[in-house]
Amino acid sequence: MSLTDLFGSFLLLLAIPFFWGGSLGLLRFPDIYTRLHALTKADNLGLGLVVAGSILISKEWTVGVKLLLIWLAVLTASTISCYLIANAARKRKINPWKIP
Amino acid sequence: MNYYLWPALFILISVVVGLVRILRGPTAADRMMAAQLFGTGGVAILLILAQAMQMPSLVDVALIYALLAAITMVVFVRCQWRSHENTGEMEDESH
Amino acid sequence: MENSLNLAAVTFDGVLALVLLVLAWQLLRSPNLFKAIVLFISFGLMLSLAWVRLKAVDIALAEAAIGAGLTGALFLTALDRLQRNNQKAGDSLTSQPGKVIAGISVLALTGILGWTVWTLPPFSDQMLALVSSNMPISGVENPVTAVLLNFRGYDTLLEIGVLLLAAVGVLAVTPSAVMVADSAPSPILILLLRLLLPFIILVSGYILWIGKYAPGGAFQAGAVLAAGGILLATAAVRFNLSASKALPLATGIGLLIFLLVALATMMLRGNYLQYPVAHAGTLILVIEAAATLSIAAVLVLLFVGVKSDADCPAPGEDSKNFIFEEENTIK
Repeated sequence: MSLTDLFGSFLLLLAIPFFWGGSLGLLRFPDIYTRLHALTKADNLGLGLVVAGSILISKEWTVGVKLLLIWLAVLTASTISCYLIANAARKRKINPWKIP
Repeated sequence: MNYYLWPALFILISVVVGLVRILRGPTAADRMMAAQLFGTGGVAILLILAQAMQMPSLVDVALIYALLAAITMVVFVRCQWRSHENTGEMEDESH
Repeated sequence: MENSLNLAAVTFDGVLALVLLVLAWQLLRSPNLFKAIVLFISFGLMLSLAWVRLKAVDIALAEAAIGAGLTGALFLTALDRLQRNNQKAGDSLTSQPGKVIAGISVLALTGILGWTVWTLPPFSDQMLALVSSNMPISGVENPVTAVLLNFRGYDTLLEIGVLLLAAVGVLAVTPSAVMVADSAPSPILILLLRLLLPFIILVSGYILWIGKYAPGGAFQAGAVLAAGGILLATAAVRFNLSASKALPLATGIGLLIFLLVALATMMLRGNYLQYPVAHAGTLILVIEAAATLSIAAVLVLLFVGVKSDADCPAPGEDSKNFIFEEENTIK
């Protein structure tokens, strides 16, 4: 395995704890707003690392451009979806969890 | 090349763990975050599989995942999640 | 390397299979319909992963786009309509003899399916050899597209006809294909539309084009385009499909072009859909482009048709009068 392959694999491995953290937050956080935080931020960061690793592993630049576009599309879609859910939840009067 | 399946496996496990929230989540919004979960986790799994199985066309499948997750989310927020004035409650489930 | 039992691969496939089973069980047993729909979408996406592991990428594309995404959206709006009219879904089976009969039938079906799969020959490559040897005359390089559009073109022609029938059926049942939203879309949603819609159109064209060389094709591209149409429909305040002049054309054009090509080949060569070899690639592309438009139009029509009857007033207004007024004007 060449050096770029090694570094790409390292990035892929680095993404795993971010995904696990996001899912753990999804399970353990007390209300929907905090869960949205966990899911959107951590998972998107993990996806960014996966995309970076994949670009390094695949040596063609056309695939790299496609991967970047996918990452941008997912970023846009998930941030806007997160906002829409949180806004709708607020309108439905779901109150954020307060520290007891 | 099959070594790349290990990160894919761990991300798959994290997606499965997230699915527990879908089974348990008290409000409807928790359930709907499944779309978000797959929109990022599923895309990541597919991108890694594209390298592991040496099939570059999987990147296109990942693209479709991302777009469809976004659409499902928008349809949920706009068309499904309403407070039903007749029942006077939200999508509160007991199951 | 292909046949070796790799621990990572086995674990991955094992986890996937287990999750599929658990999801199917949970979604069938849950009385809460919304939970069942979300589980159905998750099941569809996991199944798409399973297709990917089986190296059937075209099916994975179609499953993700149509099976998980669009069907999920249709279910969500159908559930909304059910709940708005305060209808309940059918009751589950409660009588004891009913349960026994259901259990026996399920076991019998599982047994028959299992026995059929067990007695299949391990690997039959006759079909593969047939297709591979005829690829040069098919006009494309992707074997799945060659089979769908050239070798078994009849089936695809009839499938597109069935789609048209479904659209006609939905239109016959709903009063009008007009969708009125309950509130104005938020500006963030408009931003999403501005960013995603051009991208969706681009991706749809890309998948249509690449169907010639790699997994892709008309159905997947049509599904992506339909997703864009559904996005547009959900973000509009009033989405009136009945007044659209382009919609009937778009819905029918796939079948029309396909039939024209079939008739032309009949007159020229004596057989339906036997393309002249030199032009096979172009003809397939033309048919697929028309089919993409058709499929997208039909799917958007299905979505709007399911939703159109369910007009909801904005929360806080005088809800009851609004509903009666709308019903009278539509009928």
